[in-house]
Amino acid sequence: MIDLNLAIDRPPEGPAPELELRHLDTLWLQVTGTLCNLACRHCFISCGPKNESHPFMELEEVRRAVETAAAMGVKEFYFTGGEPFMHPQIREMIALTLEHGPLSILTNGVLIDEELAAWLAETFHNARYNFDVRVSLDGTTPEENDAIRGRHTFEKILGGAVRLHEAGLNPVFTVTTCHAELAESAGRQRFFDLLAERGITRPRLKFLAPFKIGREERRGGAYEDFERLSEGMLDEEARASLQCSSCRMVTAKGVYPCPILIEEEGARMGDTLDDAMGPIKLDHPACYTCFVEGVTCRT
Amino acid sequence: MSDVRRFAVFGGVYNNFLSLEATLNDARALGCEAIYCLGDMGGFGPQPDRVFPLLRDVPDLFVMQGNYDHSIGNRLEDCACGYTDPRDNYYAQISYDYTLANTADAHKDWLRDLPTEFRHTWAGQRVLMAHGSPRQVNEFLWESMCPDAFLEHLLKSYEADVLFVTHTGIPWKRELEGGRQVINVGAIGRPANNGRTSVDYALVEVDAQGVRVDFREVEYDHEALAALMREEELPEPFVETILTGWWTTCLEVMPARERAAGVY
Repeated sequence: MIDLNLAIDRPPEGPAPELELRHLDTLWLQVTGTLCNLACRHCFISCGPKNESHPFMELEEVRRAVETAAAMGVKEFYFTGGEPFMHPQIREMIALTLEHGPLSILTNGVLIDEELAAWLAETFHNARYNFDVRVSLDGTTPEENDAIRGRHTFEKILGGAVRLHEAGLNPVFTVTTCHAELAESAGRQRFFDLLAERGITRPRLKFLAPFKIGREERRGGAYEDFERLSEGMLDEEARASLQCSSCRMVTAKGVYPCPILIEEEGARMGDTLDDAMGPIKLDHPACYTCFVEGVTCRT
Repeated sequence: MSDVRRFAVFGGVYNNFLSLEATLNDARALGCEAIYCLGDMGGFGPQPDRVFPLLRDVPDLFVMQGNYDHSIGNRLEDCACGYTDPRDNYYAQISYDYTLANTADAHKDWLRDLPTEFRHTWAGQRVLMAHGSPRQVNEFLWESMCPDAFLEHLLKSYEADVLFVTHTGIPWKRELEGGRQVINVGAIGRPANNGRTSVDYALVEVDAQGVRVDFREVEYDHEALAALMREEELPEPFVETILTGWWTTCLEVMPARERAAGVY
């Protein structure tokens, strides 16, 4: 009897594809490194209160990266972490970045109290460029969300998001598809119903596939051997649609191809953006997720 | 004879033959010597074939291919509009299937073979016209999402001083250093999410001083269009947009800043 599984269990033949940077459209900044007030079970870089692998960026580091990218004609900026609102100088960072272009900030929402919500909404209304706040929520019930993001986080996250919305800034909700059915139409409808109950009547939702690295590897299992990219798998269109053909990530430790790979060995490209303009090798299994799922981290 | 030359630039017809006719009449009445259409003839509105007699074989009109025209022309399965939201895609697909089914083959072939950019030199300035952006037909250039330095980068890379685009459906313009400028002409087929039922196109005046661009508001019989859309059983949210001037779909691709100006 022939075992049909054999063929797909093997890694693909041939070298991993190389990908040129077409133009730096998107600059990511890991402003709070791997430090977070939560320790989500699906975090692909295992962020948490004690993970100082990537420390906080200093204000001047952020300014330097933003100004360098702006001089290159960058189109948009993203702040992530860890939890960006843990940084004592986050407001200065937001303000200086919005001078140069649109900004999205990725947060778990827990630290957004009324005062911060009002400041963020005022910034949204006064900035020259678009300003988005993306709040991560992983379910429509406490049970569903808290199993991933930690005990009692559901109400804290929604509370922050609702305060933002009431202040006049409509956030984007980002949902990882650890519960796969959430991305389907019935799952979406559950989000719409939940948010409508909380007064958010123009909901904005974004779904992202989980990456099977970091803490998610322990939760959901590791990549299989066949989950790899090889040269022949990518046509021009696929190359252009991969976000790493137009983005780079800056952390306190240097420059990386994308937000996903900052803890992966060999991914660091150099100290400054100028060092990181060369091609990258798509030799990591996480690259397979971006390709197969069509993942883009953009809002 | 005045020393001012006039041109009109518009995009996003979206099957709206009534606003197309009104736009062309307005531009001609103002003495425009050439009129440029930056693409997307189909989608949204009723009876696709009615725009073609106004667009084809007209000596003062130059028509470019948008992503929609590429899809219809090549009989593809969808419009490649770049939506991410399933609701946007649901309505977009209804409208695409309707347009594909009701566009004559000869018009499809014409759409397939249209050029994808125009270049001119006006008052010594290099003028480039593209559909979405010069580098990608379905790239959205929204006002709040385009840093000055990014636009400078586009102009430099594509060797232009003045750039006209469409694709987003909301008009804006930005003056950069050295007299260079970028203009998104918006769309004439659907109101610009501003509570007006009228639409806009770009009126260009060229003289020794340079290239000046102003938006020109065009009224048309939007109630007749809405009635026809209902007759054709097109989605009611589309009809609502025509009657109110507020977008009801395609909202998820719109940046928060632009969306906050609307009611949905």
